This record gives sequence, structure tokens and C-alpha cells, in this order.
Amino acid sequence: MPKLSKNGELLADNWQVLAKDATPAANELGAGNWLVHINWYLQNQEALADASNVSVWLDSDDEATSVADLVNRLPVIGVNFPVFTDGRGFSIGRTIRERYKFAGELRAIGNFMQDQLFYLKRCGFDAFVISDAANVESMAQSLRDFSDFYQAAVDQPLPLFRRRAQ
Amino acid sequence: MTGITGPDSVIFTARGNELFMYVYDEYDHKIIGERVAQFRRQTERYLAGEIPPEQFLPLRLQNGLYVQRLAPMLRIAVPYGMLNSRQLRKLAHITRYYDKGYCHVTTRQNIQLNWPQLDEVPDILAELAEVEMHAVQTSGNCIRNVTTDQFAGVAPDEIIDPRPYCEIIRQWSTFHPEFAFLPRKFKIAVAGTLSDRAAIFFHDIGLQLVKNSAGEIGFKVLVGGGLGRTPVIGSVIREFLPEQDILTYLEAILRIYNLHGRRDNKFKARIKILVRALGPSVFAEMVEQEWQNLRESASYLPKEEIERARSFFPEHAYERGLDDVDTMAPVNALRGENREFGNWLSHNVQPHKVPGYRAVTLSLKFTGVPPGDLTDRQLEIIADLADRYSFGEVRTTHNQNMVLADVPAAQLFNLWQELRQAGFATANIGTLTDIICCPGGDFCSLANAKSIPIAEAIQREFDDLDYLYDLGHIELNISGCMNACGHHHIGNIGILGVDKKGEEFYQVQLGGNSGYNAALGEVLGPSFSREDMPKIIRKIINVYVENREGEEDFLNTFTRIGMEPFKERVYAKA
Repeated sequence: MPKLSKNGELLADNWQVLAKDATPAANELGAGNWLVHINWYLQNQEALADASNVSVWLDSDDEATSVADLVNRLPVIGVNFPVFTDGRGFSIGRTIRERYKFAGELRAIGNFMQDQLFYLKRCGFDAFVISDAANVESMAQSLRDFSDFYQAAVDQPLPLFRRRAQ
Repeated sequence: MTGITGPDSVIFTARGNELFMYVYDEYDHKIIGERVAQFRRQTERYLAGEIPPEQFLPLRLQNGLYVQRLAPMLRIAVPYGMLNSRQLRKLAHITRYYDKGYCHVTTRQNIQLNWPQLDEVPDILAELAEVEMHAVQTSGNCIRNVTTDQFAGVAPDEIIDPRPYCEIIRQWSTFHPEFAFLPRKFKIAVAGTLSDRAAIFFHDIGLQLVKNSAGEIGFKVLVGGGLGRTPVIGSVIREFLPEQDILTYLEAILRIYNLHGRRDNKFKARIKILVRALGPSVFAEMVEQEWQNLRESASYLPKEEIERARSFFPEHAYERGLDDVDTMAPVNALRGENREFGNWLSHNVQPHKVPGYRAVTLSLKFTGVPPGDLTDRQLEIIADLADRYSFGEVRTTHNQNMVLADVPAAQLFNLWQELRQAGFATANIGTLTDIICCPGGDFCSLANAKSIPIAEAIQREFDDLDYLYDLGHIELNISGCMNACGHHHIGNIGILGVDKKGEEFYQVQLGGNSGYNAALGEVLGPSFSREDMPKIIRKIINVYVENREGEEDFLNTFTRIGMEPFKERVYAKA
């Protein structure tokens, strides 16, 4: 599936998501890049220590703390939105960025919706896995819905009251 | 003026005397203007079939738009109940042009339109933005409009004016990217007085402004209160939170709730269920831990920002040095020759911190009119009265009335004459007929039963004002379903509409209290038919009258004698 950047550009994506219930042995992962569920990754961590083609995804009921010790080695962290009404991923994403200082790609996967892109971007997501049928132009517009905001978040660490005061 | 499409076309109009409330700067105008443009595009995409209905649902809700039994309903935010006359005139225009000429004041101090057209809502929002209003987050699973005491800034028993903090919280919560898809709705109330008029024990978060022994300002923090189908009194999780820590601490509470609140059952998704499941002390500990990561972040409030917020709520240009007794003497003298005026003075006029001034409550509880309803013309009349008597300022109340908060005492008689003509002088504030009532089955698609006709039947049953005054302070609240928008759990007498095999019945509760001595009402017993309700209330009142000692009010009598005497009378075999 294609991937949208936080700037609204369509990018090719070469990471595949390994489902939570898939449990191959670490050496059975095929060629290419894999996002595996955090639990599977932690169980196979030793075998995967040097694997640059394996990174993780978190479900909405996983804890952001589970990646605390991994942020320097993972190139990508995915956060799943099982349904768009499940807003836990917003807190998970923001925590991974702000508390654990993850500097790699934070991508939203699953069933988030177009009109959440702006909030996702504010919470630190910089890539969004979208469907082939998505209207990219319209999505890019949604990413730009607001040009300023009141509260601090990942994209603007200073709340408006600190910038107003300047 | 319609058809405004973007932030560039937001209109800055000349200001009158409205320098007593928060005033938008270029940032506020830009952000609210961009919101209007965003929702206009979303509505267009929805009408073009590009957004599925289930995805449009949270988008329209967070712009105040419900789809109700008969038509869409638009809930307009009135931040902490403050309005100026220019905004009232705009609301009058909107109700006249886009709706059927009336609107409704809600129990969360907001204003609802009952008949807007979906495709015109973006135009309505654009018109609201012109007068620094919006419908942002007035529904949906997000942080709702923050509420407070309708006498904020003028109440003699006020310790600290809550409005600057309400405005700081309003800005923080507006389009908060992390908390727009919470497990369920989230309501915050702030009180700054000795007696609670903001029902802070019954909010997801209740904040009571207090001073510590060093004289520093902070908040007592309560969480997990609420009404609805599982009414709960909030728990104190922090006795004193310094004022500068408020946003980081709120963020910690909201994050714990967002991550751990139940999402499997919408009836168990409010924070009160989480707090109860964990226990308040465990919840408090989780918040405390989360807060350690946030408390030194950039969201820590500088003193200057609190001062800036405070600067928007200066005292009016009151005439100083008035002697209150002298000023009121000629006004009180009129009581003797005009009983109606005297009654109004006693019930609808409230004290003011400045000698020679009074706060006046406009009763929106005129028998025959749904509680809280206002016509376009009435909105304009209130705007004119506000300009002439109260510095152009008006407040909405959670009891569904309106307040002119700064009336010179010497003008009370003149004001009363005008209010009487306009239909706002019913001298029933705080009495049995000052009923809090949700829109109920006449309008709301959630309701199990109608509530407005019950309110009217009770008002007709108790039409003798002298008798009402003799009964003293009684709060009667009616909800048309267990979602409890009419706050029936905290009425001294609460009435709940229930559905029994397709028929409307009404359950009665007694003993609820919304103040700092918060209490939830107890169910009296089996429910009653609509026709029986006025005489059931009559029986309950009779038991009170026969048992009260001296000037004891209903709630105290109930507390003393308990439920049994009421039960016996109401369910006695004829």
C-alpha cells in the first residue's frame, strides 16, 4: 500500500506488516522489510539484533514504554488504529516522540481516517499508510487544515501562550 | 452575511464596551476561521459522498451538530457562560435567518438551535466566527466547553475569579490533537467560590480554586464525578495543585484516561468508571507518575500568562463609593406599594461584591414556554437591556436562565418594568417552578419520554407564587432519559422519564444536592404516568410542609425525616 508523508507527498513503501498472530521463527522472515508486532520482536530480540530489515508496530492496547529501550535501533515504528474512534494511538505516538525521543519514522497504520491526519501529524506521526484508492490531493489539504494551534505537541513544542509572549 | 469561506475573510468589527471578556487576537481569529473552512470542506465532501456517514459523525459532533428526531440540532458554545450584546444580536439573527426564530439555553450554559439545515451549518459557523463564537467541541468524545459559576467575578463569596483559568483551559483543550478521540465525552467545571454553583462534584474533572496557607492560588482537583446512567460524586485526587501546573496536570489526567478508559462499552467509558475500577488513590498515583514526565514541559504556565488571561476580565467602570443601604432604601421602599416588584427583588436579584450593585437573574421559566427557550426578539431585547443596564454583558446559567450581572441598584425598578414587559420577570428563581429540564422526547432522539410537558404541568399545578415562596428553595430537575441532561440525580426532587413497553412513565428521586455537600437523589419507588405527575409532586410537597420545622428547606427536612414518610403518602392505597 502507498504511504503518505506528513508533507502530503505520496511515497513508495517497502515495509510489510507481519500480523500479530503470525509467529514465524526469526530466521523464517522472508526478504524485504518487515514491521513485526512488538511482542514478537521482544521475544526474538537476540536473533534480530543486527537485522536492519526488521522493525516494530504497536497495537492500540500496547504500552509506549515497550519501545523505550529500542528507539535508537529501530528505523520505523508503526502504531495501529484498529478503528478510527480508538484514540489511544495519539497518546502512544506522542509519548514515543516526546518521552523516548524516537527520531525515526513514526507511521500510522490501520483504520485511521483522513480527517485525523492533522492531529496525527501533531502527535508526531510523519508517515501514514493509506489505501490505493485514497485521494492524495484531498488528504494533503487535510494535513494543512490549520496553520497554527493553541497547545504544545510534537510539531510545535511551544504552546501558543509562549509564542504570543515573544 | 454568508458565504465566508476562509480565514482571510474573517471580519474584524469595531468593538463597543465589551472589554470585560476574552477578546480574540489574530491567532484566535485565524484558528477559528480555519476551523470553519475545514468543516465547510468536510461537509462538502460528505454531501458529495466522499466521507462515509460513520466517519462524518465525529466530525459533525465536534462542530456541535447532532442529527435529532426532527432535524439537525446545532449546539453553540458559550465559553463559561459569557456573552456580550453583539453576540446576542448575532444569535438573534441566526435563529431568525437559519432557524425557526427561537433557541434554547442548555444545562451546560450553551445555546442550541433546533432546526438548522445541514448544508447551511458552515455558514452559521462563519457568522458566529465574526463575533468570536463557535460550536467547537460542544459534543463528541472530546473535551467539552468548560463551565463555571454564573456569578463569576461579581459574587460576594468569591475567593478567586475562575474565568481567566476557564479561558486558559478553553484554549488548551481547543483542537487538542491527543484528546479528540477519547473513550467518551469529557467535561470540566471550575468554581472559585465558597458555595459551589458550578456542580464541580459532578464533572469528569471538577476544579475548585483555593488558596493555601501561604496565600498561593491553586486548585483542589476532583475526578470521576458525573450524572448519566451511573451517577457518581467526584473524588478528590489532589488537595492543592499550584495554579501554574494546571495544564500539565490536566494533560496527565487526560492521557491516563485516553489510554486506560474502557472502549468496549460506551456506557462504561466515562472516566468515572475507570476511577471507580482502579480506586481513586491508584488513579491519582498513575496521574502523579505521568505528570512527573510533563510538569516541567513548555505547557507549565508562566505567571505572565495567568496575568494576561486575568487582564481580559477587569472590573467594570463601577460607580465607586456608593452606600449599599442608602442606594437600596428607595428601591426597598417600593416593595410596600408593589408586591410583584418586591417578590422579584427577593427572588431574582442576587448580591454583588460592589456596594450599590446587584446581579439580576432573568427567568426563562415562564409557564407555557419550554424551560430555557428564547425567541430571536427576546435575544435582542436582552442585548438592549444588557447595553443599558449591565455594561453590555450577559451570562447563561446551568439552571437555564440568564443573568445581567452588574446592574446599578438604583436602576432595579426600571429594569424590572422592562423585564416584565419582555416576559423575564417571573419571580420564581430558586423555587419549585424554576425547573431544569432537558429538551426531552419533543426534540431529542435519545429520550425515552417527553420532559417539557411535565415541567409545564408542574408549573401549572403550582401557580400560586405566595405558596411557592412559602415552600422556599427547592430544585426540581427533569431528564427525559437516563443520560441525565436535566440533572435529575442532583435535583432536590428529580424526575426521570422512562419507557415501559412503549409508554412514557416517570420515576421520582428525592434528596439530590448539587453543592459542595453533594448528594445523589434516592429513588422513591415505582414510576408514575404523565397525568399523575402533578399530583404526585403535590403529595411530596405536602409531606414536606407538614413535617418541616421552622424555616427548614426541603432538602433539610428530607435529610431529617428520610424517604419513608414520602413513600407512605405517595403510594398509600386510596
